[in-house]
Amino acid sequence: MSNKVRLMQGNEACVEGAIAAGMKFYAGYPITPSTEIAEISAERLPRIGGKFIQMEDEIAGIAAAIGASLTGAKTMTATSGPGFSLKQENIGYACIAEIPVVVVNVQRGGPSTGQPTSPAQGDMMQAKWGTHGDHPVIALCPSSVRETFDLTIRAFNLAEKYRMPVLLMMDEVIGHMREKIEIPNASEIEIVDRKRPSCPAEDYLPFKPEANLVPLMADFGAGYRYHVTGLVHDETGFPSNSTDIADKLIRRLVDKVELNKEDIITWEEENTEDADIIIFAYGCVARAAKTAIKILREKGIKVGLFRPITVWPFPEERLIELSKSVKTIIAPEMNLGQMVLEVERLCNKHTKIERLNKVNGEIIYPEEIVAKIEEVL
Amino acid sequence: MPSQLVDKYFRAEDLPQIWCPGCGHGIITRAITVAIEQLGLEPDKVCVVSGIGCSSRAPGYLDFNTLHTTHGRALAFATGIKLANPDLKVIVIMGDGDSTAIGGNHFIHACRRNIDLTTIIFNNNIYGMTGGQYSPLTPKFDKGTTAPYGNIDRPFDICDLASGAGATYVGRGTSYHANVVTSLVKKGIMNDGFSLIEAISGCPTYYGRKNKKGGPVDMMQWQKDNAVTVTAAAKMTPEQLEGKFLIGELKNKPEPEYTKEYQKIIDNLKGSDI
Amino acid sequence: MEKHEVRLSGSGGQGLLLAGIILAEAAILDGKNAVQTQSYGPEARGGASKSEVLISEDVIDFPKVRVCDVLLSLTQKSYEQYNHGLKEDGILILDSSVTVDASVKNRIFSMPIIETAAKVLGKPMVTNIVALGAIVEVTKLVSDASLEAAVLSRVPKGTEELNKRALSLGYEIARQSMNK
Repeated sequence: MSNKVRLMQGNEACVEGAIAAGMKFYAGYPITPSTEIAEISAERLPRIGGKFIQMEDEIAGIAAAIGASLTGAKTMTATSGPGFSLKQENIGYACIAEIPVVVVNVQRGGPSTGQPTSPAQGDMMQAKWGTHGDHPVIALCPSSVRETFDLTIRAFNLAEKYRMPVLLMMDEVIGHMREKIEIPNASEIEIVDRKRPSCPAEDYLPFKPEANLVPLMADFGAGYRYHVTGLVHDETGFPSNSTDIADKLIRRLVDKVELNKEDIITWEEENTEDADIIIFAYGCVARAAKTAIKILREKGIKVGLFRPITVWPFPEERLIELSKSVKTIIAPEMNLGQMVLEVERLCNKHTKIERLNKVNGEIIYPEEIVAKIEEVL
Repeated sequence: MPSQLVDKYFRAEDLPQIWCPGCGHGIITRAITVAIEQLGLEPDKVCVVSGIGCSSRAPGYLDFNTLHTTHGRALAFATGIKLANPDLKVIVIMGDGDSTAIGGNHFIHACRRNIDLTTIIFNNNIYGMTGGQYSPLTPKFDKGTTAPYGNIDRPFDICDLASGAGATYVGRGTSYHANVVTSLVKKGIMNDGFSLIEAISGCPTYYGRKNKKGGPVDMMQWQKDNAVTVTAAAKMTPEQLEGKFLIGELKNKPEPEYTKEYQKIIDNLKGSDI
Repeated sequence: MEKHEVRLSGSGGQGLLLAGIILAEAAILDGKNAVQTQSYGPEARGGASKSEVLISEDVIDFPKVRVCDVLLSLTQKSYEQYNHGLKEDGILILDSSVTVDASVKNRIFSMPIIETAAKVLGKPMVTNIVALGAIVEVTKLVSDASLEAAVLSRVPKGTEELNKRALSLGYEIARQSMNK
């Protein structure tokens, strides 16, 4: 077997993608089903001069990753449901302080300890609304091992480009499954680094945005001494009580993503051209959907797939467009209805929307999707 | 020459600071900058990290690489900074509630790792920023807005806690004994490992007023009257030490430092097959 | 080529996760596509665990077993828990300790997998490799050469000979079982 073609686990592909993207620092806390990401990072990072640290808890994991990012390192932390809840405050911190960090959530059944070794998609809305206050969100959702590799790189690139936390929303199936993948050559991989200032230190305004609304980011220790705070702050970084500054800052943070949606949003379509029915699915469930489509197409039922790859911001425009030409959208999810809320909000004027929900800790099977579609036909 | 010090190490444009008249925090912050001055540290390589609370506003006024983080988490952020770039001198400023209540877990683990952070806890025995609630450092039977009938919790001894958890340098000063704070911070920065300096500060606005401790001057007088140096304490009887507290160096026991131990792993792996 | 769906079941600690990985890697060495998944309880040892492998020349979308072509059960408990979805003409490979109801119509190959590892080889840790040899002998899912290469790339250094013997004993007990 060549080095490039191999059987790889989703969690391992996440680490390999992170290293390909330039990760030099990982801080986290063990939690099923994400633990392999920590274990493999611990093994790999010191070999490339990077650093791994197992912190005392989940909160410390993301805090250390944010701190390390300020020194210029590309950093990541990974967790699962309960840990994702604990990281929320500091995700908000990284949003307002504009610090790149990749946060991986390998989703498992909840709430609370729930079903630690079973897959779920119950944190999709937490990804959007988990931290308090208005803030930008970018969340990506892989549905294969290779895509986990690619999207981890993309998560780093987006974090660096927009100076913000980027969430990689995996699930237990994708995290633990192993499949054949071919690792691309380094030369084929696009790497984005944060833009750093080159002006004299006295002219540097650490939170003055460039044209794309993102400020230049200096490394701690590089000679640009500046202040970083989770308080609302002015362009120097110093806290401010000005209502005007607060309004401008919060709107700019959100607009960084809103006004750059075209650059950020990606999705996959399969057999949508002639489809009467569209399955809206993401993560591991999209794989069940693809098998369901094959079964249904053999029966002459025209079914297609719309799979958001960027789940936040949501690929609104394309889904609205598609909804105008189909009879029904089926939304199978391993939760009791989360992303379907977006589908309903956007598309219920144009088409019928059917939910298919499962929360017993088991993946949705293609046959269940087939049965649902045959039922609503 | 305070003005030169302010000129050199403070962000003068962001002064005056927000602390109340009579608060001890300004004195302690200044004592820290004197230590930095005396050690001749390169400001570009100094990083000051804080959590949330009155004390945690200090870094904003200081002209270094400064980071004001979330409540209780300063040491976790600082650990990331130090491990990612061990060339930086990382100083952490926290309050008593910040470091020993919400941040208690990070505190003991930073001590245990012996990572090279110099941590100064501004202990004013109360949550000042939120208006006078009792903290894990409020003495038993004292009052806070959330202990209207007197606090029944037993307080921590921050220095004992740090020593027990593995900090390799521990000392205590007060806002009255600012020179002691400076000397301890200097030695703490020079200690290659985790250093903890408790700096007792007066909060006349909340702790003092709630507990009839008098004004700022009375609170300073209390620090002066009740602090006993380690040397003096050695010659005193337990009866004489009743109600007093120790100041000065309480522990100085170097051990291998965390980021250097990690570097050894990296160095050992060099040349080994991937 | 059609898709083969294989389920390996037993108790935690018998090495079936690794067996699944090795089988999938052998399939990839044969130039095929493979996906391996698992499910497990909180116990690191004991309990019932399963490892599933899908082998196909096409893209594999759904990653779990839907209709099971081959089921390995090393314990009674895992057989009871994981025998659902076995095809009518599916192959059942059982450790001798596992008993099945007389109504089961599948092709059944019962053989002393655990005993061979524990008593003949004196190493219970190679139970999974004996099982792999047996499965491949019965099903020919992957080539012997790829299986051996996949085994050798995954086992600890110094245990190569032991594992090769485990494989060949697996082939042997399978042949005996097929000739019954």
